Amino acid sequence: MIEVKDLYKNFGKLEVLKGINARIEKGEVVVVIGPSGSGKSTFLRCLNLLEKPTRGEIKIEGKSLLDPSTDINKVRQDVGMVFQHFNLFPHKTVVENITLAPIKVKGISPKDAREKAMELLERVGLADKAECFPASLSGGQKQRVAIARALAMNPKVMLFDEPTSALDPEMIKEVLDVMKDLASDGMTMVVVTHEMRFAREVGDRVLFMDEGKILEEGTPEEIFESPQNPRTKEFLSKIL
Amino acid sequence: MDKLNFSIVLPYIHLFFRGALTAIEITLLAVLIGIVIGTFMGIGKMSRLLPVRFLCSAYVEVIRGTPLLVQLLIFYFGLPQILGFTIPEFPAAVLALGINSGGYVAEIVRGGILAVDRGQMEAARSLGMTYGQAMRHIILPQAFKKMIPPLGNEFVTLLKNSSLATTIGFPELTRAAQIVAGNTYRPFEPYLTAAAFYFVMTVSFSWLMSLLERRLAASD
Repeated sequence: MIEVKDLYKNFGKLEVLKGINARIEKGEVVVVIGPSGSGKSTFLRCLNLLEKPTRGEIKIEGKSLLDPSTDINKVRQDVGMVFQHFNLFPHKTVVENITLAPIKVKGISPKDAREKAMELLERVGLADKAECFPASLSGGQKQRVAIARALAMNPKVMLFDEPTSALDPEMIKEVLDVMKDLASDGMTMVVVTHEMRFAREVGDRVLFMDEGKILEEGTPEEIFESPQNPRTKEFLSKIL
Repeated sequence: MDKLNFSIVLPYIHLFFRGALTAIEITLLAVLIGIVIGTFMGIGKMSRLLPVRFLCSAYVEVIRGTPLLVQLLIFYFGLPQILGFTIPEFPAAVLALGINSGGYVAEIVRGGILAVDRGQMEAARSLGMTYGQAMRHIILPQAFKKMIPPLGNEFVTLLKNSSLATTIGFPELTRAAQIVAGNTYRPFEPYLTAAAFYFVMTVSFSWLMSLLERRLAASD
């Protein structure tokens, strides 16, 4: 479903991604781990062109993202993204946060969009917060709304950029539970996270990144039980 | 030495009220023009296209780098020489003040947009919105809220600057004081009266703005 070939990204003189190759299959949950500054988030952000790669190739369902004829706004409709800092729209209510893009981008009627939004809020357990403003929600609730917002576009793949890193510990579970539910529903997911338990339980495959490269990949068992690369071993020994 | 005698102003007081009303009219219209111009110029200054960025920056620099009085004189006395017709005082004053205000509002708009968290644009774009949609629905509404206090200041500045319209002979508040001073040979009282009118207007406006700010802050 997603194919990445020889992906390079420079910020000025700084090389952040140094030749990434990866494939993500439909329905797969791929967890990207690695030390900070390893390029995990940049890699993820390249997948919906929030960062423009310096060179390389990204294909989503066979369509090249970097082809100038590709309408990036169309591609992004199919690629949901959840951010570390939620990025809810503070001037819109919870339900408006969710319905805005379906109405404005997809041209869905406000009534249908609202119905769908309420369904999604039900699913993330926040139907009673529909008319609240984001400022009145806890971090965990905000992130669940952010997930619902991304899902409202019916994406084919969801990207999660450290979705629990900005949360208080007691709120991490509620967000991970929503993500687990999503995974068991067959959603294709790419998750950058430091939650190793989540990686183990939910991940189909784990990519270990360091210094702009994927150094090792495998099933969670392979990576966590018998890592091969010394850098992987070192990283895991520090955090587990 | 002479004592102050404000009763000499009373027979002319309608001139002051009418002048004050005109000052508010000029200012409101000029601010509107300023906000429209300023929004485009402010966004233009952040454009990816170099010519757009250059033009908008040049506009802001020229407006801010030259005195409003000179701009007003160019507009009213200078332009007719090229156009072949005169612009009447009222539209001339409104346009000159509005175009001037646009230069300052551009910076306010730019500051307001830059003060909105980057993540807002990213979230909007990641949902498939175009740059324009994201600006309109997500960035500008939030930026506008941050722009209200400086826009309030701009309004007050413009209200005071509207007194410069006197120089093109437009009968606004300052002009009223000039007329009364000329008629009575007593300049102090009418000018003090004009100052009091301006002061009451700016202070009540500032008070209204702080009320509005508190209202808006409550919804955060």
